[in-house]
Amino acid sequence: MNRCLKQIYGGIVTENPTFVLMLGMCPTLAVTTEARNGLGMGISTAAVLILSNMLVSMLRNIIPGNVRIPAYIVIVATLVTVAGFIMQAYFKHIYDALGVYVPLIVVNCIILGRAEGFASKHDVVLSVCDGLGMGTGFTLGLTVIGAVREFLGKGTLFDYDINNNILGGSFTPVSIMVLAPGAFFVLAFICAVRNSMIRSDRKNVKSCQSDVAGNTDEKCMGNCMVCPGNCRESNR
Amino acid sequence: MKELIIILLGAMLIDNVILSRFMGICPFLGVSGNTKSAQGISLSVATAIVLTIVITYPIRKFLSIHNLEYMQTIMFILIIAAVVQLLEMIIKRYNKTLYDMLGVYLALITTNCAVLGTVIRCTMENHDFVQSIVYGIGVSGGFALSIFIMSGIRGRINENEVPVPFRGTPIVLITAGLMAIAFSGFAGIGG
Repeated sequence: MNRCLKQIYGGIVTENPTFVLMLGMCPTLAVTTEARNGLGMGISTAAVLILSNMLVSMLRNIIPGNVRIPAYIVIVATLVTVAGFIMQAYFKHIYDALGVYVPLIVVNCIILGRAEGFASKHDVVLSVCDGLGMGTGFTLGLTVIGAVREFLGKGTLFDYDINNNILGGSFTPVSIMVLAPGAFFVLAFICAVRNSMIRSDRKNVKSCQSDVAGNTDEKCMGNCMVCPGNCRESNR
Repeated sequence: MKELIIILLGAMLIDNVILSRFMGICPFLGVSGNTKSAQGISLSVATAIVLTIVITYPIRKFLSIHNLEYMQTIMFILIIAAVVQLLEMIIKRYNKTLYDMLGVYLALITTNCAVLGTVIRCTMENHDFVQSIVYGIGVSGGFALSIFIMSGIRGRINENEVPVPFRGTPIVLITAGLMAIAFSGFAGIGG
């Protein structure tokens, strides 16, 4: 039980997929124009992640090593298709807002990364907890980024007009924040804050996070599938 | 013909795959360090996109005849995985240097949103065969363009003094944001 809680805490705080591991950047940037879209995307990804972790962990002794990646992809793709149906039926509004990014959950680095890096090596309960932690962390990350962008770009939060109702219209929304460039800027600042925190926090940890040119996590960023296995130790 | 040119330019400049749709961010941040590897990754992504579009077209038609559209995600991702595997073997056989240079990124094309996103997008917009291929070429062109520009800019960034917390990814993201602003200037072209 204790290990489970530790795993959940790790996923939300010390190994947060958005803020610490920086995985799954495609949906993080694309759907966070509003806090609600971020929340919707986060919850659907979390659901797929928990179930895929569970299935991969259950089948970890059955799937032959050589074909494990295609097998994981099929599992994830099936779950994403089901998630798409459920969203279409009950949350049509969010499904339409997310558009092409719903099927793209399949290629989200977090899901395959956790399947390969965690669920294939641990038992079912622990894997589900890991999915729960990672999923919650991801949902939190997307919602926070969405909230920041929505407030700066439109002056609203979950469609509630903070600017006019509370601040009395004193804040002028910067519409570029809800457009594509805003996503890059917000993420850049989050990333910079994280870098400075990690730097002061773990000065002497030998990590995969800086190479010769001082290009922080260049390896992690491109290397989604290998990353959760390798960098996790250094992110502790 | 005019329509095809609009699709091509639209995919390449206006609706740029990286800067406005955020697909393929991983290689964009990871491999844009030098022009040589940027060239390699753009070429392999382009080949993967066009090949997948050609192969998925009959499957798309087959699925829509039998009302099995919901199977498309699974079918497409499996085809992409197979195509990437093939590509990897071909590059390994004929161009060892490029293979060593691209390393793990080659295998990662499978989980590259750009490839799956483009194929799904073609289905959503109901492009026919020629339109799909032109769209695929446009997307690959846009990918290559932005990753090239970025690798050039990064060469210059490395010679400058960047505030310590912004070194690495953050400064690249800010540059990408500025590029996205510049690219939004193309929005008027389509008319």
